[in-house]
This record gives sequence, C-alpha cells and structure tokens, in this order.
Amino acid sequence: MAYKHFILVCGGTACESCKSGALHDNLVTAVRQNGLEGSVQVVKTGCFGFCEQGSVVKVLPEEAFYVRVKPEDAAEIVAEHLVKGRPVDRLLYKVGAGKLSSIDDIPFYQKQFRIVLRNCGLIDPENIEEYIAREGYAALEKVLFTMKPDDVIEELRKSGLRGRGGAGFPTWRKWVFSKDVKADQKYIICNADEGDPGAYMDRSTLEGDPHSILEAMTIAGYTTGATQGYIYIRAEYPLAIKRLEIAIGQARAAGLLGENILGSGFSFDLELRLGAGAFVCGEETALIASIEGKRGMPIPRPPFPAVRGLWGKPTIINNVETFANIPVILLKGGDWFGSIGTATSKGTKVFALTGKINNSGLIEVPMGTTLREIIFDIGGGIKDGKKFKAAQTGGPSGGVIPEQFLDTPIDYESLGALGSIMGSGGLIVMDQDDCMVDVNKFYLEFTVDESCGKCAPCRVGGRTMYNLLVGISEGRGSVADIDQLRTVAHAMNKASLCGLGQTAPNPVMSALKYFGDEYRVHIKDHKCPAGKCKALVTYSILAEKCIGCTLCARRCPVNCISGARRQTHVIDLSRCIKCGECYDACKFEAVQRG
Amino acid sequence: MQAVQEATALPKQSIELPEDLAQFIEAWKTKPGNLIMVLHKVQGHYGYVPRDVAFEVAARLDVPLAKIYGVITFYHFFKLRKPGKHQIAVCMGTACYLKGGEDIIKEFETIVGVGLNQTTTDGLFSLEAVRCIGCCGLAPVLTVDGEVFGRVTKDQLAGIVAKYRGK
Ligand SMILES: Cc1cc2nc3c(=O)[nH]c(=O)nc-3n(C[C@H](O)[C@H](O)[C@H](O)COP(=O)(O)O)c2cc1C
Ligand code: SF4
Ligand code: SF4
Ligand code: FES
Repeated sequence: MAYKHFILVCGGTACESCKSGALHDNLVTAVRQNGLEGSVQVVKTGCFGFCEQGSVVKVLPEEAFYVRVKPEDAAEIVAEHLVKGRPVDRLLYKVGAGKLSSIDDIPFYQKQFRIVLRNCGLIDPENIEEYIAREGYAALEKVLFTMKPDDVIEELRKSGLRGRGGAGFPTWRKWVFSKDVKADQKYIICNADEGDPGAYMDRSTLEGDPHSILEAMTIAGYTTGATQGYIYIRAEYPLAIKRLEIAIGQARAAGLLGENILGSGFSFDLELRLGAGAFVCGEETALIASIEGKRGMPIPRPPFPAVRGLWGKPTIINNVETFANIPVILLKGGDWFGSIGTATSKGTKVFALTGKINNSGLIEVPMGTTLREIIFDIGGGIKDGKKFKAAQTGGPSGGVIPEQFLDTPIDYESLGALGSIMGSGGLIVMDQDDCMVDVNKFYLEFTVDESCGKCAPCRVGGRTMYNLLVGISEGRGSVADIDQLRTVAHAMNKASLCGLGQTAPNPVMSALKYFGDEYRVHIKDHKCPAGKCKALVTYSILAEKCIGCTLCARRCPVNCISGARRQTHVIDLSRCIKCGECYDACKFEAVQRG
Repeated sequence: MQAVQEATALPKQSIELPEDLAQFIEAWKTKPGNLIMVLHKVQGHYGYVPRDVAFEVAARLDVPLAKIYGVITFYHFFKLRKPGKHQIAVCMGTACYLKGGEDIIKEFETIVGVGLNQTTTDGLFSLEAVRCIGCCGLAPVLTVDGEVFGRVTKDQLAGIVAKYRGK
C-alpha cells in the first residue's frame, strides 16, 4: 500500500522534552479517527536539528514545516492539513515577512550539507528497513563482496577523512597501524562518551541513525581483522542506548551482525559498554581502562591503542561522527568526499550550536564554511538583538574566537592558528552579557573537577589556575597573576600526561589573547564590565531617573528595595545579593550597575 | 572519606539479591570488564550502591571490595548514598550555565530547602548538578526522575516541585 503523506515527528531528546511522544501518539490517533491510516504514515524520527523550535513536525511531500507543536495541536494538523489540504498557518515556521516555508527555504537549512546527519529526521531509527531503504548496509555489502581491506584503506586515504573526536588524526592511517599488526584478536571501539559539556552531536547521530555506526564498525572490523566491537556510551544518554540496543538486535536478526555476515564468511559482533560520568574517559587510553572495568586513568602513549589497546590487543578507537561518514565514503568514493571542504580538512562537520543564539540546534556544514555564516545565516544571529562577543569551539579544551575572525573559513588548521581547536563540535556563542573571566572560571572548574589526578601538572596546575581566576573575579587579583597564569599554563601544556591537562589552559590563554583588557579591568579597576562577577558589582538606583514604578522592589528576591509608589526607590546594599533582577526589570534605566 | 570507611568495615552476611540482578551478575560473571556494567545494574535497581550489595557483588564476582569502591568513587555517576524519592538534576553544562543554570539551582535550594547533593529530611527530593544532558538547544534544562524540562524559568520551579510532591 502506498502512502500519500508522511508525517515526520522529531523524536530526539530535546523534542521529547517538549512532549513529542504524546504528540506522535495523538497524531496516530487523529489519523485513525479520520480514517486515513491507509494513506498517511506517522513516523517518529531522530533529531531534525532545529531544537530551538521543538517539537518539530514535517509533512511530506509538501515539506510543510511545523514548529513548537504541542500534543493538543495534533487533531488540527490532521483535520486541516491532511483532510482539507490546508496547512495550519499558525504553526508553520515563518521567515521574515511570514512567507510559508518548505524546508528548502529555511535559512537554517540552506547552507547545511548533510552527510553524517543524512538520515536524522528522515527515518525511523527503530526500524532497520528504513535504514536499508536509504542505501543502508549497501556499503557493507560492497566491502564484503567486492573490496579487499587494502581497497577500503585506499578509499579512506583518498577521502582525506580525519578523526572527528577532536585531534583530527587521519582515519586511514590509524586503520593501517592496526591492520598491519599480527594478533589473535583485535577490537573496534566507538567513542560515544561525548564529554564536552554543551555538545550533543554524537548523541543525536546515535539516536537518529544508529545503524550507520554499526555498519561502519563492521567495515572497520573487516578491514583491520577484528571480530569484536564495543560502543562506549555515556550512561546519561538513555534514549541513544535504547536505540542502539534495538539496532543491534535487528542487525543480528537480519544477518548483518554476528556469525558469517551475509554469508560472506566474515564474523563480527558488538556490545555496549556504559560510561559512568568521567570526562577523562573520553581519552582513549582511559576509555580502554574503563571498558576493562577499572578506574579510567590514562597511560602514556606510545604504544598507541591501534597497536596495543584493549586487553593488550590492537584496537581502533574512532568517534561516532568519524564512523558515520564511512559508509557514505565507501559508496560514493573517496574522491567525491575529498572534493568537499578545504585543502587539509575534507567533508563536513557537525556542530551543536548553542548559547546566546537565535536558532540553537544541530547543524552540519562543509569544512571551510565561515563562523559568520554559521552564526548569522544559519544561527539567525544573537538572541534579543544583543551584540556578539565571542564563540567558543572545542569546549573546555578549546578557545574563544572574537568578532574580527568571524570570516575565517573553519578547518582544523585555521582554528588551531587562532588558538582554539576544532574539537568535537561544540560551538557556544557568547554575547555582551558574558564575562570572559567568569566563563574561564567555569571551564577550569570543570577540568579541575574532571582531572583524574594521576599527574601533578594537571592536578596542581589546574587548581592553581582556578584559584587565580577566583581571586581575579573577586577583586583580589594582581597584574602579576596574568604572568603566573601564563607560566602555569605552559607547564601544564608541556608536562601533563594526557590531553585533558595539556589542553585545560586553552580557554584562558585564548581569552588573554583576545580579551586581555577585560582581565585587566577586573584586576586594576575591580570592575566586571559584563556584570557577572558578583563581588565586583554593585547596584544602585539613580534618583533622577526613578519614577517609583515599584517594579524592581516587587522583583527583588530578598526584598531589599524600599520606596513608596511614585517615590524614588533605594537599595539596601547590606542585604543585596546582586542577582541583577532589578537591573533587568527597570524600564527607565534607573538601576545602575557599577 | 566516607567510601574508605565503608570499604574497610567488616563484611556482613551475604544477602538476597533481587532475581533480575542476580541473573545479570551470573550472566556477566565470566565476561572481562564486567564490574562497571554490574554497578550500573545495581544502581538502576536501588538508586545507589548500598554497602551490603557492594559486599555481595564483591563475593559473587570474586573481586576485592577495595576495587569496587575504587571504581565507585572514581566515577561521578555512582552514588553511595540513597537519593531522594524524586531526583532533581539541574544541568550545569556550558550552554545551561550561560543561560542561568546557577540561578535555577539557587532557586531550587530555596524551594526544597536543601543544598546541592543533599536530600530533604522527608526523603522526597534530592538535588544535584549534572553535566550536559544533550538538550543544550533548550537551555536551561533540568530533569526530574529523568523527565526533561527545557527552557525553564525560575517561576516554573515551584510548580514542578509541587507536581512531584504529590506523586
Ligand atoms: C580529555 C579528553 C576527552 C576526550 N573526549 C572525547 C569524546 O568525548 N569523544 C571522542 O570521540 N573523543 C574524545 N577524545 C579524543 C579521543 O581520545 C580520541 O582521540 C578519539 O576518540 C579518536 O577518534 P577519532 O580519530 O575518530 O577522532 C578526548 C580526548 C581527551 C584527551
Ligand atoms: S593530564 Fe590530568 S587527566 Fe590526564 S592523566 Fe594527568 S592528571 Fe589525569
Ligand atoms: S540586585 Fe537583586 S537583590 Fe540586589 S537590589 Fe536588585 S533585585 Fe534586589
Ligand atoms: S549544556 Fe545543558 S543540556 Fe547541554
């Protein structure tokens, strides 16, 4: 039976929190009540990426794009759009003048190019048939029956694919290392630990297209001679875990995983291993220790895991996004992939675009796209008409990029030259209200908390830097602190055992480079221009501007503003907790922050 | 410190484990690297890793108790104390931090009357801060018993607490 319409409902975690589950059920009920079950199919898909606008619903073939849909809107969508053929105007996503949008007209999607997210938001991730219908497992079949391991490596080499977990190591080289070692057992690991706080690219890929990872890992097994794989995934991602478990079960049942895959004679199987909330376990040697059931402490490299990894055997560790590219590369060819991107960085990159931006969400763009295109064209610019201040890539291991470099085409090298890193894809936008000292303190608190404590440069150095930042944010800083921050940062970078300690100073170093003045104002003038460092801020009410509207007094959580209606209001500074509510509330600019 | 004391206390008599947990341990017993997976199962069942269960796991898997506590204390996810009936977790990932996650925590502290990582005396609520739960587009985000609330504002919190108080 051919369906005439498809209703795609986003089933990502963000939309689920907007009750997309109930919405899906209501749509199914409404379709049935209208007797349309033969011509309309309701599909719960993975993340559409437009998380800011959840729940998101798309109706095909018209490509009508509904946003912020609530469960109670289901009946109307079915009755109006599907029965009467009149799209529900009030729920359609509108751009500018309010023109109806098909997905291709939406600026959020126009500059995107989807390889990794090719199936996210299009297929039901809990149904292997839908993956197969979109060329799923075709690459595996091609590899098993028409390619030798060296042919696979050659395609990967031509593609120029580099690791998406952060470091950007050429994938084909890693695979060759492991392939060339003789061993009775080898392993393939997918790193789905996604530790950068504020990034969720891998989670969305696993939730929206789990089979693509299973397929790629099986190909990696065939190429390097491994028969067992593990997906190391954060326990904080229950939906992704559930979908992977379903996918593994379906793949086994279909003969695409397990003994003698598709009758080729090649066997490969997969299991999940759960992380337990330790950022350092994203580091590959710590990850291996964790899979072995131990405390996740890194060990020195070399030997690299590709040669000596899990249980001492050669082990390939790749990131989720790295794997997700591989089936497409093998179907379309390495040359095709290599034609996308910049000279040194090929293909696309997925970013989790968050912070003070209008269209928060998950995006995929060709390497070489500029930050300006990402933030202003795709992201729709800064929230509430405020001013862009900086964008942080690479999370706690990365750095800030200020306004003057927004036109840099992004790739591994250009971001490195700016003092940041590509990282795994977190892209956090900050505006005029964000304080660099405060943000740096936040990141260092994170890395200090997550340091495994094994080596002194990271354990002691991180704490020292954090304490210096606390001092600066509380008005106890001195000019010499800046030199000391630099010295400690240098030592951590050079002497720490693993990437966590080596890169932990990056946010501070890049902020000193581009926002050194903001640090100096904190130190010399004891002021925080953004108003975030509470110890340096005082609030007061200007008598000549205050009209006595009482709004601030009603907002103050500790009732420390006094004044009668139409009389000048006064703040009792001894009780003020500097929350800033009055500053935001006053419509007459009478509340001053100094 | 708490962990060290508990780890050195004398073992108690072996205890009964719920059927599915016992079966899980049996199935994983011979697999290398099983400890973390078993601890996840234990915590999934009890909400934390009770002391006598840790002893029992040590005995059944034949691993030293010190190793079990070494692992539990290394990983943030594992809890040694019983959490509240309803667990409030406020995201303090970067996106949520920038959008006021800290204020959300402060407000909860006032509403339920306990600080971070504590449980109310009636055992109803516990409050914790977590790292990114992957809904950064909806920041600030919190979860109660795993149910995600996005784009929360301070004035919604009392309502959220009230909803769970009745459950
Ligand atoms: C502290 C630390 C955390 C890391 N976290 C992750 C992570 O969450 N996900 C990831 O894929 N790689 C992470 N990495 C990088 C991995 O060690 C490894 O380089 C990567 O998984 C290799 O895969 P790729 O070549 O496909 O990028 C982390 C590295 C360090 C030092
Ligand atoms: S650099 Fe930090 S996290 Fe890495 S091994 Fe040393 S102490 Fe542990
Ligand atoms: S900053 Fe907050 S506590 Fe202080 S006066 Fe204003 S509203 Fe009250
Ligand atoms: S930072 Fe809060 S959900 Fe990601």
